[in-house]
Amino acid sequence: MTYMLGQEQLDAIEQVLLEDLFDVGVNCIFLIDMAGNVIANLDNGEIKHDIYSLAALAAGNFAAVSTMAKIVGEDEFSLLFHKGEKESIHFSKVLTDFLLITIFGKGISLGFLRLKVAEATEKIKKILEPPCAP
Amino acid sequence: MAFVNLKKKEVQAKIVYYGPGRGGKTTNLEYIYNKFRSRIKTEMVTIKTHGDRTLFFDFLPFNVGKIREYDVKIQLYTVPGQVKYDATRRLVLRGVDGIVFVADSMAVRREKNILSLRNLQKNLATFRKSIFKIPIVLQYNKKDLEEQGIPLLPLQTLEKDLNSQLKAPSFEASALTGMNVVPTMKKIISMTMASLLMELK
Ligand SMILES: Nc1nc2c(ncn2[C@@H]2O[C@H](COP(=O)(O)OP(=O)(O)OP(=O)(O)O)[C@@H](O)[C@H]2O)c(=O)[nH]1
Ligand SMILES: [Mg+2]
Repeated sequence: MTYMLGQEQLDAIEQVLLEDLFDVGVNCIFLIDMAGNVIANLDNGEIKHDIYSLAALAAGNFAAVSTMAKIVGEDEFSLLFHKGEKESIHFSKVLTDFLLITIFGKGISLGFLRLKVAEATEKIKKILEPPCAP
Repeated sequence: MAFVNLKKKEVQAKIVYYGPGRGGKTTNLEYIYNKFRSRIKTEMVTIKTHGDRTLFFDFLPFNVGKIREYDVKIQLYTVPGQVKYDATRRLVLRGVDGIVFVADSMAVRREKNILSLRNLQKNLATFRKSIFKIPIVLQYNKKDLEEQGIPLLPLQTLEKDLNSQLKAPSFEASALTGMNVVPTMKKIISMTMASLLMELK
């Protein structure tokens, strides 16, 4: 199965990532699909993460956690988040096939980040919604 | 689930190495990684047990270069071959665009190859994919063991067991020495790209 995204949609997605997340201080944001492909990414230029590896691991991790949820009788765990000393990482599902990942430092509270991610997720949903979603 | 980025003129596709435990899937990726190290700018990602068996997957991004103006990025994955890891194995198949089935040529592994291929068919079906439609290449690995007098399955047996219905391209190979590792990869990449182009028409 193959899907395409054009200049307009990708620009719109990047705009959302920039305005809703990057401008509030998130260090690194990327939108991937569940196969681990990288659709869009933004970072502050300071930290150069290996985004393709991160995408593969994030997709695998998300899939593993979803399967665990099903085994214990949950549809999905609502908060997917790993806290580190300096950097933390947050995952948010977008439609059925995409994942929005944010890496952020201590300057942002989890509550605020979740609010911002939820807003961005809604906007991205509208951009990706069928017919262009896989 | 290949992704075509029209803005960056880039294609990303996912190829998964599948097959029985200890068949040589990880060794295939390691060979590719070492051979093309100058072109692969990142580390190979592996999630494995202490005993070096794949626990979740190996991951290696491979830049093919330009095909018809498009920058083609192939993501190579391996699954854990051990029977008990079926749940994680299935997860790795999500969004797969092409498959290399690495069979073990050792005579004692005959049954394991057949079971693993059946398992692949079943797991693809959970994603509503058919083993007969997805691009697939067979690799009969560990050919080098012949020299050491270890009993191997004759080519005709392997073909009959695994390829009589699929009729897919197949290679006798040795992931350890590198024999036919790159041709196997090139074949699956070209088949995957061809099928992707067909879909986009
Ligand atoms: N002689 C020989 N040994 C091989 C070859 N390919 C792999 N091996 C050996 O077989 C063993 C298993 O190889 P792996 O590449 O880890 O096998 P795998 O398919 O990834 O196994 P799982 O991760 O458990 O599914 C290792 O000791 C390899 O060195 C080959 O072509 N010839
Ligand atoms: Mg392995």
